[in-house]
Amino acid sequence: MIKKIVGTLVFMSCFSANANEDVNVYSYRQAFLVEPLFKKFTDETGIKVNVVFAKKGMAERLKREGKHSPADVLLTTDISRLIELQDKGLLQSVNSPLIEEAIPEQYQADDNSWFALTTRVRNIYSAKRLGEIDFNYEDLADPKWKGKICTRSGKHPYNVALVASMIAEQGEAKTLTWLEGFKSNLARKPQGSDRGQVQAIHQQLCDVSLGNSYYFGKMIKDEKQKVWADAVHINFPNQKNRGAHVNISGIGMAKFSPNAENAKALMEFLVSVPAQEMYAETNMEYPVREGVKVSSLVAAWGDFTADSLPLETIAKHRKAALVLLDKAKFDL
Amino acid sequence: MITGNRSKIWRVVSWIIASSVVLPILVMLVSGLTATTELFSHLWETVLPTYLYNTIAIAVIVCSLSAIFGVISAAIITQTNIYGKTILRWFLMLPLAMPAYLVAYLYTDLFDYAGPVQRFLRSFFGWQSPNDYWFFDIRTVLGAGVIISLVLFPYVYMLARAAFEQQDQNLFRASRLLGLSAPKSFLKIGLPLARPAIAIALSLVLMETLADFATVQYFAVNTLTTAIYDTWLGYGDLPAANALASILLFMVFVVVLFEQKARAKQRHQSNRPKRSEQVIELSISQQIIACAFCWLLVAFGFLLPLGLLISMSVEYADMDQFIGLLEPGLNSVELAFYAASLSTLFALIVVLYKRLHHDRTKGLPVNISGFGYAIPGTVLAMAMLATFGPLDTWLNELAVIMNMEEPGLILSGTIFAIVFAFIVRFSAIANGTITSGVEQIPRSLDIAPPSLGMGMIKGMFKVHLPLLKSSIFIAWLLVFVEAMKELPAVLVLRPFNYDTLSTQIYQLISDEQLEQGALGAILIVIFGLLPIIWLNKHEDNT
Repeated sequence: MIKKIVGTLVFMSCFSANANEDVNVYSYRQAFLVEPLFKKFTDETGIKVNVVFAKKGMAERLKREGKHSPADVLLTTDISRLIELQDKGLLQSVNSPLIEEAIPEQYQADDNSWFALTTRVRNIYSAKRLGEIDFNYEDLADPKWKGKICTRSGKHPYNVALVASMIAEQGEAKTLTWLEGFKSNLARKPQGSDRGQVQAIHQQLCDVSLGNSYYFGKMIKDEKQKVWADAVHINFPNQKNRGAHVNISGIGMAKFSPNAENAKALMEFLVSVPAQEMYAETNMEYPVREGVKVSSLVAAWGDFTADSLPLETIAKHRKAALVLLDKAKFDL
Repeated sequence: MITGNRSKIWRVVSWIIASSVVLPILVMLVSGLTATTELFSHLWETVLPTYLYNTIAIAVIVCSLSAIFGVISAAIITQTNIYGKTILRWFLMLPLAMPAYLVAYLYTDLFDYAGPVQRFLRSFFGWQSPNDYWFFDIRTVLGAGVIISLVLFPYVYMLARAAFEQQDQNLFRASRLLGLSAPKSFLKIGLPLARPAIAIALSLVLMETLADFATVQYFAVNTLTTAIYDTWLGYGDLPAANALASILLFMVFVVVLFEQKARAKQRHQSNRPKRSEQVIELSISQQIIACAFCWLLVAFGFLLPLGLLISMSVEYADMDQFIGLLEPGLNSVELAFYAASLSTLFALIVVLYKRLHHDRTKGLPVNISGFGYAIPGTVLAMAMLATFGPLDTWLNELAVIMNMEEPGLILSGTIFAIVFAFIVRFSAIANGTITSGVEQIPRSLDIAPPSLGMGMIKGMFKVHLPLLKSSIFIAWLLVFVEAMKELPAVLVLRPFNYDTLSTQIYQLISDEQLEQGALGAILIVIFGLLPIIWLNKHEDNT
């Protein structure tokens, strides 16, 4: 009887994606951002890419599924998520000379459990009507911007990472003062998305906002949003000192990956020159592989110096950053 | 009372249902017990008081407004000769088909400073900046409360309407004979008699409100669910998040218990449940006010959001998009169908167990299986993973012991997990609706079949189920519509390459491209509408 039941279950499990010519991806990144890349990968290798996309809870799902998890590859944005996966022991090292050579050292984990695919800058957008401004992140707390700044929630991973980098730079006490000053400069309580803030600048609700670099490109390419983008300058902060804060999107192989060979093939594909060019062209992020050109649109925003702070340091200060954001009641 | 072997089987089945539904919740509670207090004291010293205040404020606003909107509209429809009654009767249910997160997105977009309404006002009056004029801020506790009420009041409306319609007309005749006017006898008799139904509906509204995250997020209002997500995703402390969710659950538990105690001594049943014949004649001015009240609810809860969606899809949608939506649409319908049918069946079993059986713990299965609705979807999904993960491991070990190939994951990451999550989450709706129906059936009918020599079980099929027909339809419909809209559980638990309408819309909304998702949103609404229309037709025929 029990044998029958288990037999039925085995039969049922044939429906779950586990075939040999597949690679299974748990993605924090939205499917349509990466789909063109996967399609090209399948065309070249014949390996089918299966995706589940979710922003919340993928690490937990992977952990609970344990050694039977079908996941091969984890695709995420934000360094902290990669390090969380690494810390929980959910990833495995991938030894690939190809990958190691292609990617600068600061964008790979020491134990090869993850590496970056693209980088993105946390820019300061400012109203065109104000002319060119040389910004530092520190200026966001300057009283001269009182009532002039818009931002999305301080608790969003992109902002948390920025705050963490501030802590690394100037310590917790100063960062808290900075956050309080920043908070008191806000034109409205933190809300919406990065693009929503640019829209607010366009509508003259505020003059300055924080936003990731690629959104600028996406807005320019969007019929409706182009007017918003046309109303702002994209500024690369802290160019005269430590450089602009940079975050990454990255990838790691699941510890119990059932199709490890395919997973490795996909990872190597994603750092190849054509794939990195696609990333640059369609998503308007900065390719992590040296020598790959950014899209002409992105190139027009000019060169910049990136903060050389190690990504691990940013991840290390993440919890402290959250505590400070709560203390400053930034979102309230 | 049902006794003997059949009763035993029924009891076992009831308990199996209740304990499987409650299992993930227990897993969550137990995990919450392991939480450390360090993070709590930090939260308490900083943001938690505000979150708590916001949570309570929104709950109070939503419950009060839903009660006002729902009871008054139900009273107008059942008690008066309002013009256009037949249409309004079911139009008032329509806001239910609108996902709250979608309505929140549409309204915040519409009334925002940068939104079309304020833009128009600025260009019309030549205002330059926010300092030149006053306009209400939609991103506030009040704004969120009002908008959430607009999509949740149909719960109260539907259950109150059903209660009003099934009231004993003799009571009204008696009150009229004793000299009370029609409106007065409604207030003195009809309203108090409908209290259990209204209370059940409000407890559903309360749970939905407390468990919400996506909707309040669009209003930039931080509530206890914000704290839950911060603790889990920000601080990486799932046990503490579970503890917070347990506190939320406890709050609901207290409110529901309090309400049940408050009406424990009341027992009203009608002997002649049939549609109300009592009609209050409205004067012209009363007609206008009543019509305006009902139509404004329909307009803001349904027609305006639908109009916005239609205008978006006219601009952006094309045939390819539509074809791309067919599969997710079928997935949504499939999931919602399973969830609705199973939840309703389970609800019938546990509710009738309570009613028709004779043992001391008969009320427990129905009571404990209704709390999943108060847990935020993603938190519940985590609890499902924590429940099914070990079960799957165990099944695989079992297979190895029996010399079979390891089957891999059977429960996690399949539509089984999603449907299960839906049942846990929406049992409260099915239970509540069926309970409200059962309470309208006179106790005397429980003993009528046996006194005529018919078995209790047969009697139940002949007497109770036919009388419950409309409640069964409403329960099925409510769960179906909710399951069509449900997002967080599907997002995390789904298999590879699996999309529903709601996950597709979510992806587009989070990329600021709702315009592209408008067609999908309309499909959710249409699929939600079909059973409502069908229900309405069915009711008209009976």
